[in-house]
Amino acid sequence: MSAIKLTIDGRPVEVEPGTTILEAARKLGIDIPTFCHDPELAPNGACRICVVEVERARALVASCCAPVAPDMVVHTESERVVKARKAILRLILANHPLDCITCEKTGQCKLQDYCYRYGISESDFEGEVKELPLDDTNPFYIRDMNKCILCGRCVGRCQEINGAGAIDFIGRGFSTIVGPAFGDPIEESSCVFCGMCVDVCPVGALIPKAGVGKGRPWEVEKVKTICPYCGTGCSIYLHVKDGRIIGASPDFEGPVNRGHLCSKGRFGWDFVHSEERLTRPLIKKDGVFVEASWDEALDLVAEKVRDLLNRYGPDSLMGLSSAKTSNEDNYLFQKLMRSLGTNNVDHCARL
Amino acid sequence: MTNSIGEIPGAGAILIIGSNTSETHPVISYRVREAVQNGAALIVADPRVTEMAKLADYHLRLRPGTDVALLNGLMHIIIAEDLLDVDFIEKRTEGFEKLKEKVAEYTPERVSEITGVAVSDLRAAARAYAAAESAAILYTMGITQHTTGTDNVLSVANLAMLTGNMGKPSAGVNPLRGQNNVQGACDMGALPNVYTGYQKVGDPQVQEKFSKAWGVPLSDKPGLTVTKSMDAIFDGRIKGMLIMGENPILSEANANHAGEALERLEFLVVQDIFMTETAAYADVVLPAASYAEQLGSYTNTERRVQLSCPAVPPPGEARADWEILTDLAKRLGLDWSYSGSEAIFNEMASLTPSYAGMSYSRLADEKSLQWPCPDSKHPGTPYLHVGKFSRGLGQFTPVDYKPPAELPDGEYPFVLSTGRHIFHYHTGTMTRRSVPLEQHRPEEFVEIHPEDAAKLGLAEGDPAQISSRRGEVVARVTLTERVKPGHVFMTFHYHEAAANLLTNDALCPVAATPEFKVCAVNVRKAG
Repeated sequence: MSAIKLTIDGRPVEVEPGTTILEAARKLGIDIPTFCHDPELAPNGACRICVVEVERARALVASCCAPVAPDMVVHTESERVVKARKAILRLILANHPLDCITCEKTGQCKLQDYCYRYGISESDFEGEVKELPLDDTNPFYIRDMNKCILCGRCVGRCQEINGAGAIDFIGRGFSTIVGPAFGDPIEESSCVFCGMCVDVCPVGALIPKAGVGKGRPWEVEKVKTICPYCGTGCSIYLHVKDGRIIGASPDFEGPVNRGHLCSKGRFGWDFVHSEERLTRPLIKKDGVFVEASWDEALDLVAEKVRDLLNRYGPDSLMGLSSAKTSNEDNYLFQKLMRSLGTNNVDHCARL
Repeated sequence: MTNSIGEIPGAGAILIIGSNTSETHPVISYRVREAVQNGAALIVADPRVTEMAKLADYHLRLRPGTDVALLNGLMHIIIAEDLLDVDFIEKRTEGFEKLKEKVAEYTPERVSEITGVAVSDLRAAARAYAAAESAAILYTMGITQHTTGTDNVLSVANLAMLTGNMGKPSAGVNPLRGQNNVQGACDMGALPNVYTGYQKVGDPQVQEKFSKAWGVPLSDKPGLTVTKSMDAIFDGRIKGMLIMGENPILSEANANHAGEALERLEFLVVQDIFMTETAAYADVVLPAASYAEQLGSYTNTERRVQLSCPAVPPPGEARADWEILTDLAKRLGLDWSYSGSEAIFNEMASLTPSYAGMSYSRLADEKSLQWPCPDSKHPGTPYLHVGKFSRGLGQFTPVDYKPPAELPDGEYPFVLSTGRHIFHYHTGTMTRRSVPLEQHRPEEFVEIHPEDAAKLGLAEGDPAQISSRRGEVVARVTLTERVKPGHVFMTFHYHEAAANLLTNDALCPVAATPEFKVCAVNVRKAG
């Protein structure tokens, strides 16, 4: 099939049939706001914030769901569109806590960003406000359903990508919430704490516990690492402030994980700062470890190795390298053993 | 892996054998789920009802240790029903007639008797696997940690070749490796019989190349494996050991034996990030930097090399492993000097054909590269064996079923299998020091079938004593139909209930992998 030509904000663009208006606009670098859109999930058009005006169409259309058509003329920030978006934001704000001063999400909250963009600071809709208890029954993240805007990205990721199916929409209308079946605490659900819901939540409804009160998004340096656990090789950003890791997030461009993680990669990095880390070389004297300087420790190792080489020959030594350390460390380890004259080198691949 | 993780969603059929993918490789399990959503047939061969087994179209719930019989049975059906890829077999393989003869002995009825899998399920699974345009096999330690581990892997390769599922996307034979850099450690030659890139010890040309590059004479005699080195300590051949970031006390089968062995050493040095159970035996312990504290490259299960950057400084006086090793080498009279990890990588790449085209700048610019990557213009290799195997023709190897080394009897009536669960990792050195993971899953729960538990008077959460010919542990039980009656499952994450005090150190004669997946134990109420 041939490409479809259309015009968005006065600029011509050509895309494949089946492309949505949102995707076509993004191709032009036009930023249409979205809450519920998730490139990995089927579009659900839940939030309506992405509405655009299509000439000759009766109503505004949700750009995340609407496919392009030949010669379509689209306006993404027309007066009608902006009016609708403002109304949507006011409706959300009518039932959303305005505790942005202390909210962990401040600085990376889409609701905050779009309210800023469209100049909305309060709602003129008055009505019932949700007052739900926090669910912090698990050690990984806090669920504050008062802040949830029901975009459904967490539900989609949990069901379609992870498959745990721990959460879904419960109830109808105003009383709709996202949660585990029967309103159980998340700790008692089928949740496996992969944290993928946390990583796509556009607002402050899902907050990792480890970083609470430790730093603002703009104070954090994100450093790309490779997960230290299984052999999948997920890339993960560690969030660092003042020489300490305070959080982690998946690399959405990761060649292997594409923004996906599991509980260990997402939440299991804090052993790095464990009080139990070894910080000084130790030498055992009369059965007890005593702290030593690097020179003392390495001199002793070299002396003992030389002694064994002299007395028993190189094959009296065995080296166990590590499936946890880097290629460079492993290369040097086997080079050392082999340079001492033995091929007695292995690691735990079999275990 | 012969193929890549990203190709899994494109497979028409997936056979998972001996892999609890959603717990041991969760992100790969997401790709399997994606494949199923795309219409792939999923076949899971596992004695336990894992999450993947629940998702499967066909769950082949075989008796532990009967994998060869199962795979021979699938091949028998594929040949009998003429579902094989004749063209591939003719052009790309040798030894087919002998394989055909062997698997002819494995009729569905006989295989059903050995494995406990219904004949109809065998037939349906064989047809689903063979019918797919491209079918991928994923496996893990569930087939390798047996005395027949090598036989199991050979059988898996036989099955893939029989159906032409090699050398094309979304197919292949794919071991999901269990450690972040176990592939890299193997690639780097941290093995007793090969240098980097699997260049053989004992090959005179290889030896000369490394000897010249390193400026030292080298031994042509292959060394000992970790599993055999413990015996070598007892018979006095090994006197001293250097251990970098490994915890054999908890990871070795028959852990008591490993502990006694380390005690007999004249000298043991351990470099690690924590005082592990193994480090406690050392004469000298050297504090190392963790992954988050140093720049380095890691190679994942699909041969993909990626850089990991330092996020924070190491604590106290801890140092990167390569720095420690360099300082030690200098003290032992070796002429080593490296300005950083990049210089080490470059030296390695210059000696390793499969990594020769890689550099830190390419890894930074291109995010990752999959070996083989023989030159600086080569884009890397997502799937192997296109048009030709490394040995030329693919070799079919007929294999016979052999029962596990230790089977249940009157004294030890249960089969114990060990493995991992999703919230902890290996011997727990890292995850058990992670606050949320440890809070969530602080102790071992032995999986036992409710019928067995009832006979033993065990209720959910009761402490039980698990004993084998080699040791005993006490842990609480969880009653679950994930295991069949007569089968119990433990992880090896918890030192308080170290499953490897029980496991059998009988080895696969070729790969020297212990039989972690089958040993005989007794279970009784503790206290």
